[in-house]
Amino acid sequence: MKKTNSVKGQRSLIQRIALAPYSVWALLFIVVPLIFIAYYAFTDLDYHFTTENITRFFTTTSLVADGEGTREVRTYVLIFLRSLKLAVISTAICLLMAYPFAFLLTKAKPRTQSILITLIMIPMWMNFLIRTYAWMTILQDTGILNGLLGMLHLGKVHIIGTESAVVIGMVYDYLPYMILPLYSIMAKMDERLIEAAYDLGCNGAGVFRRVIWPLSLPGVLSGIEMVLIPSISTFYISQKLGNGKFYLIGDAIEGQYVANNLHFAAAIAFVLMIVLLIGMAFLQRAANKRVAA
Amino acid sequence: MKPIAKFYTALLMIFLFAPIAILLVFSFNEAKSLSVFSGFSLHWYQELLRDSETIDAVKNTLILAVSASLISTVMGTAAAVGIYRLRNRYLRSTLETVTNIPMINPDIITGISLMLMFVFVGRLFGAHTSLNFGTMLISHVTFCLPYVILQVLPKLQQMDQALPEAAMDLGCTPLKAFIKVEIPEIAPGILTGLIMAFTLSLDDFVISYFTSGTTFQTLPIRIYNMTKKTVTPKMYALATLIFFVILALLIITNLMGANNAQNVQDSKRPKARKGSLPAA
Repeated sequence: MKKTNSVKGQRSLIQRIALAPYSVWALLFIVVPLIFIAYYAFTDLDYHFTTENITRFFTTTSLVADGEGTREVRTYVLIFLRSLKLAVISTAICLLMAYPFAFLLTKAKPRTQSILITLIMIPMWMNFLIRTYAWMTILQDTGILNGLLGMLHLGKVHIIGTESAVVIGMVYDYLPYMILPLYSIMAKMDERLIEAAYDLGCNGAGVFRRVIWPLSLPGVLSGIEMVLIPSISTFYISQKLGNGKFYLIGDAIEGQYVANNLHFAAAIAFVLMIVLLIGMAFLQRAANKRVAA
Repeated sequence: MKPIAKFYTALLMIFLFAPIAILLVFSFNEAKSLSVFSGFSLHWYQELLRDSETIDAVKNTLILAVSASLISTVMGTAAAVGIYRLRNRYLRSTLETVTNIPMINPDIITGISLMLMFVFVGRLFGAHTSLNFGTMLISHVTFCLPYVILQVLPKLQQMDQALPEAAMDLGCTPLKAFIKVEIPEIAPGILTGLIMAFTLSLDDFVISYFTSGTTFQTLPIRIYNMTKKTVTPKMYALATLIFFVILALLIITNLMGANNAQNVQDSKRPKARKGSLPAA
């Protein structure tokens, strides 16, 4: 009896020793830094409380050219909405491209599957700055794409510096993050459920809507998160492919950091974080409801 | 695969590999252009080898990735063991939530938050620049830890509970049972976690960008600085070398056995977020 107790004591001691360093680390370097974002967002240069930074985010205005005249817009709100728009478009395109591919992949021979998955991961291992830069040389007005089009006498296209270029960059960089979770969910799907649905009189569309789509929903959700979050917060893609014209929320944070306006940078980051938290919770709930239904 | 499936797969592969093919080709360009190929030359590779700043950056990146992955693997494995044994439900779910934060948060938020803290603490001690190798190491360990924990924890859960108990019945102390029985059981998870932490650290740009000072430059930061000026094919030569190193590693791991295919897949799982994909 006594021996068991001491063994138990020893085990819980081991557990505490094992857990202690990480608990301290997580508190100091995960939790506390987030508090610092809030702290900087709500203080001025002398660390006195202020809501100035947050107000500035919502009220700063600037003039933009609009047809013949100019129009006053809320600078940072507009930047935020633009980031959201481009990120949502990119995520939707990624989903449309990745979903059929992931599904086809599960139907291939195991050997083909593993080769293709490896191929998809190769670009992920390459530095994303260089890959983005390579797209810049492709899309430039005097770039490779226009060179090819010129050889085929197809005229020229102007893509660089447009929103399309930024979206192409985002889709390219984050497509694998959509394919992998979709594939890993679909690979686990029970083939017999699909057969059963056909046997019970479903047509192709019905099988997709009633069986395949609901079963793949967790993968869809996880893919959306993995593409949406990095694309909404990116700052390199927009600088290179948008020619610095399409200022995104990530650019705004980075710009304020470079200008050493740490309090305002923190305020923008704070707003971004809160919006993402609410958005993700909302998405999760909607998905849970659908699965339950 | 049906013809239409093959066609679609081919299109997708062209999209994914077009930029990579382009940088492979233009790294051998004779001239300085990145869009007009004028002749084959190894000139830019020679330039690269002479670029001491880049060579230093490669060394720095390796030093940082090795230290960050080792520290996060040891601490993360211990943490997984601790979390696995934790009976207090609230403490457990709090720890799991906190562990998820760096994976769900955008990198830019993680980077900014750590930077603000380092700057604040640095000012308390009257330092002018508080960002250096140390702050970068702390940051890298922080974003690697969750991935290690999420690799080790499932292995612990799959382990037969009777094993360590049997070892102790046969006279092992708990510590000995842990080392001799549990560690070998969870070793594949630890290894995957280590590889994952290593590659994440190698590749990280955003968090490094905010937490590195001027004194310690890693390869992604060096590349960023290169792309701020006119880029020469030298950078493509660098990318080509990286590409072949990756290819070699992938081929080796594939040859090492079918079992490893899964590990490679996990090791570069969406850097982005969510180490654990939702269960079906």
